Order: sequence, then C-alpha cells, then structure tokens
Amino acid sequence: MNPRETLTSPRSEASAGNVAGTAARPEAETAAPVISVEDLAIAFPSLDGRETVKAVDGVSFAIAPGETFGIIGESGSGKTTIGRALAGLLPPTGGTIRYDGEDLRGMSRRDWRDRRRRYQIVFQDPNAALDPRMTILQSLIEPMKIAGGRSPEEMKAEAMRNLDRAGLRAELADRHPHELSGGQKQRVNIARVLPLNPRLIVCDEVVAALDVSIRGEILNLFAELQREFGIAYAFIAHDLAIVAQVSDRIAVTYLGRFMELGPAEAVTERPLHPYTAALLSAEPRPLPAHLRAPRRIELKGEIPSPVNPPSGCRFRTRCPHAQGLCAQQAPEWREVRPGHHVACHFAGPDGLVEHASQQSSAKTDTGGDHR
Amino acid sequence: MTAIPDPHAVAPAPSVRAPADADPPPPPPRPFLTRLGDWASDDIPAAIALVVLSVIVACSIFAPWIAPHDPTLQNYDIILEAPSPDYLLGTDDLGRDVFSRLIHGASASVYAAFLSVGVAALLGIPVGLIAGYAGGYVDEAVSRIIDTFLSFPAIVLAIAVTGVLGIGLTNAMIAVGIVFAPQLARLARARALVLKQELYVDAARCFGASTGHILIRHVLPNAIQPVLVQMTLLMAVALLAEASLSFLGLGMQPPEPSWGSMIARAYLYIQLAPEQMWAPGIAILVTALSFNTLGESLREALDPTSR
Repeated sequence: MNPRETLTSPRSEASAGNVAGTAARPEAETAAPVISVEDLAIAFPSLDGRETVKAVDGVSFAIAPGETFGIIGESGSGKTTIGRALAGLLPPTGGTIRYDGEDLRGMSRRDWRDRRRRYQIVFQDPNAALDPRMTILQSLIEPMKIAGGRSPEEMKAEAMRNLDRAGLRAELADRHPHELSGGQKQRVNIARVLPLNPRLIVCDEVVAALDVSIRGEILNLFAELQREFGIAYAFIAHDLAIVAQVSDRIAVTYLGRFMELGPAEAVTERPLHPYTAALLSAEPRPLPAHLRAPRRIELKGEIPSPVNPPSGCRFRTRCPHAQGLCAQQAPEWREVRPGHHVACHFAGPDGLVEHASQQSSAKTDTGGDHR
Repeated sequence: MTAIPDPHAVAPAPSVRAPADADPPPPPPRPFLTRLGDWASDDIPAAIALVVLSVIVACSIFAPWIAPHDPTLQNYDIILEAPSPDYLLGTDDLGRDVFSRLIHGASASVYAAFLSVGVAALLGIPVGLIAGYAGGYVDEAVSRIIDTFLSFPAIVLAIAVTGVLGIGLTNAMIAVGIVFAPQLARLARARALVLKQELYVDAARCFGASTGHILIRHVLPNAIQPVLVQMTLLMAVALLAEASLSFLGLGMQPPEPSWGSMIARAYLYIQLAPEQMWAPGIAILVTALSFNTLGESLREALDPTSR
C-alpha cells in the first residue's frame, strides 16, 4: 500500500464543519485557489553587488484550499525562497502572488499586515523560531496579541486550547524554549499559528531538524490539522519520501524553475522529467532488489550557479539525455498528461521520448548500487 | 483511564482536598532571599560590590540624617584639622566637616552616575536599534555620526557640550550622557543587525507585527544584555567624569559638596594636608570599582553560554 494513503486519505472523511477546505480538494482544479503564483521571480544582489542571483526565475502554480502542495529540490534550487515569498517575507522582484485572488502589493502597510496573517510559515529550525526570552505561553499568545480583538483571558484560554490541540501538556506553558525538545518546540510553532485561522501554512523543511522518530508524529499532526481546519500546505523539503507521503501534488524545482509539476503519485511513480527520475532513483527504497528500479541514475557535478544559469534548459549540463536542442531553446512548460506539467523537450505522455531514453542507457550507472 | 486533572477541581475552597490521584503540586518557588544568598555565595566580589553600592545609595538618600554636621557650615577655628572623634575625617580649608561632606557628596555622585547613563541609554539604545534594524542608508548615516562622536576625546567633548548647555551638575552629566550615547548605540546596533535575521523576528513579521512591536518585544529584550553590562561599566566612568568636571569647576557648584569638587579643593592644600585627598579619592575608587565588579558579574550571569 502506498504509505501516502495512510497519512492523507482520512482527509476525505473530514468533519462537516470544514466543508470549505476538505470538500474543495477533489476538484482542486476548479476551486478558487488559496494562493496563485504567476511567473514569480526573486533575485538578490550578489555579495559584491555587481551581479544578481536569480533564486527563483519564472515559477507559476496555484494551491487549492485544503491541498498539500509539495515542493522538492536540492539545496540552491530556490524552494525555500519560494516558500518565504508565499509567506510574504520576501517581496517578489517579478511576477505576482495572489492571496485568495488578491494582489496585496500596493496595499497600505496596515492592511497588508492584516491580510497576510492567514498565510503562515513554519520554519525548519523549531528553536530559532521561538524567542528565547519568552515563555511558551507568551509565544502562543503573541500572534493573537498582534491580531488584536481578544481579551487577555480569551487569549490565554485559546493558547492553552491550542497547546493541548498540538499534543503538549499544559504545564509546558510556563517553560522557556530551551527547556523543550525539538519536537515539542515544533508543536508550539504549529500551535501558535492556529488562532490566526490560516488558509495556507508554508512548511519549510519542518521535519528536517527533527529526530526520525519524531517526524511521523509531527507529520500526523499536520495531517490532522488539515483535516480539521482545511488548511492548505506548501510543503517544502529535500526529502522526496516525505514529500511524496504527504503531498497531493508535487513540484520539482531546479535552479529557480519548476521542472515538473503533477499529482504526487504520477510524479513519483511515472516521472516525466529526467531530473525527477534521477531524484527518485537516488531514493533508498525498502523493497527487495527485483522490485526496485534496476539502475541508479547518477547526476554528475554540482547544481550550476544561479548567477549564470545555463542557456536553454537549465538541467542540460547534468542531464543524461541532453542534446543540441537543449542548449539552444528553453523547453516549454507543457501539460503532457492531465494536470501533469513538465519542462522537457523530450517528455511524452509515457515518459521520455524513445530516442532520448535509448541514449541514456549508455550513460546511466550500471555498476552502481546493488543493495 | 487516567483523566486529565481538571485545574478547576483543585477547588476555590481551601477545605476541599484535591483527589488523591491528582498531580503533586509543583514545588513552591524558592524564596527570593534564598536565591539571592546562593548568588552571593557564588560570586563574593559582586555581592560585596552590591553591598557597597547599597550603602552609598542609602547615604545619598538619608544624608541629612546620617551626617553628623552641616556639610556647608564653615568654622574658621578648625581649618584643615586632622581626624578626631568629633570630625571623623578632619575638616577642610573652610572648617567644614569632611565626613559630612563625603556623605552628602554621595548623592551628587549617585545622581551623576544615573543621570548620565540614563541619558546615554535613552539616546543611544533607540538610535542604535533603529539603525541596526533599518539598515541601508539610515544605518550608514547613523554609523558615521556615531564614529564622529567616538573620535573625540570623551572629556573634551563633555566640556564642549557643557559649554553649550551651561555650567552645573545636571548639565554636566547630560553632557556626559551625550558623550556616552554613541557607545551604547554602537552596541545596540550590532545586536539589532544580528537579531533582525532571527527566525522569531521573521515569524513575528508573518503574524503581521509592526516594526515597533518587533523592536520592542523581540529586538530590545534580546539586545539589552550587553548594553546593560556596558551601562554598569559606564556608571564607573560617569563617576570619574563627574569628578573631573567638578574638579574643573563645570560640575557641582560650591558650596554643595561632591566628591570631585572635594578633591579639587583639597588639591590646593596638598602640601599642607595631603590626607584631605584620601576620603573622596577612596570613595570614588571604591564606588567605581563596585560598579565595574557588578558589571562583570552581570555579564557572566547573563551570558547564556555560561549557564
């Protein structure tokens, strides 16, 4: 059984109170998206100020209410930058982000602060996300205090309710962050955004800093909250297995662009892009040898510099199928199967077009990992 | 099944016993005096410094009741006398009781130290925090101004500022405060630069917090520690600055006593009565040393890595 099912399928039996979030998910394509991104670009000046680092360079997608949208990629692929932009922490240098259909740029600062509250982020480092001088209770109350409109007693009651909702004992409320474990701190970080009634939570490598034994519990907490409140997640991770497990759709980033975007199962079982295929083949699988993919596709070299990305297809410098065309022309973003997009010249509905994959067999690593 | 104990079950009425399976009550917080005792036995120099400073503050408050004589009463029959049971530290060139003047002088010194450091904190901390947090051109401009201030010799700058504000202890110490402010601003700026990168600041921005909220609730509390330590160290410097400015005649005006002006006065008679210098000199030394010791102790106590 696909492990993804065990975590996410209960969502379909969600309580009636959250119709908006849960009911909308199956027809994700038609429901008004929580957030939609068009041609997003984010560039930073390089350290000497003479060049620009194009961390994200033309990315478009939309996240439906109650959906989990996975974003995977290597370090430097721009996935964290996308997440920070979604949470409103980085202003886009190009393109637009629409929050529930609205572009928040040009709003007054006060309006913008009020509106952004429903788009939250949970960070990779649970410790650094909590002010070390505040007690857990103070940290839990802070978002409500900023939002206003609640009495101190209400805020405290709500904070204690969320602490319990996140599976933490009430007595932790008076502790300081350094007295809690990483998993407990991450639960606090999750609990504190709940009173803001978030539409979307960006989960930026939320379990990467946690013990393997804790990861499952935290992921389950996220799944439960989604079921209960219909929250959409942008789930960012470099760990394909985790993203595949929790996501409804997966986007694969490489050097600031999407290489492939499609339903989680399709992307992980029948990838269209050679980069996705390489990522998948690098993933250790708990399967007997004869069930595993026969070969591991090894990518040579490092991810190129985002200051000077390669011409044409960005992946061509490391692609086992690269041809002359790839250097000349950037591949179009095509919908090859329903809901499944890819940026590769040679991708067809059944995977890579034949002549390309034949060439590849010479370059794939036959002597590789047999275990 | 173990039910979660209801916090309200522990009863408004004290006669109702908590159920036997309820959680044991948390250990009562240890009394303040016990913790103070622990700290004092851990850090004896700091404890001594605290006692010394308490005595000095007490002297400055209760001077009229402690001092055996009027500090400004002149008696030309007993000029520059040696210590005696009646005049514990002798008398000065106008026949005034040195011991009484020393006690009354404490209030000037305490006032001077707190006023100047207070002014420095009020000016320096907000400017430094805003410069560091805002960054960019604001930071560049503020940093250059700070550098300009720091390039002057402190006492010369203080004399110049006193010249503008007018002579007198309050003006002199405001001048000293202005001279100190860039030091605190630079520290606060350096901390703000680091802290604005913290994830909890990002999280607060994400909650829709205003810049003011972030500065006051997150940046200030986390930046204050090195600034506080520097403030206690500046107290000692302020004390010496008060002495210097009063010595030069820019601070405390006669006949009111201050330790600096007492030394200035005694200096004129150094060949006749050298012991006149000792009392105020030692008072300044001990107080400055106490502030320094306390500052060092505070630095250690507040350093999270030493815990």
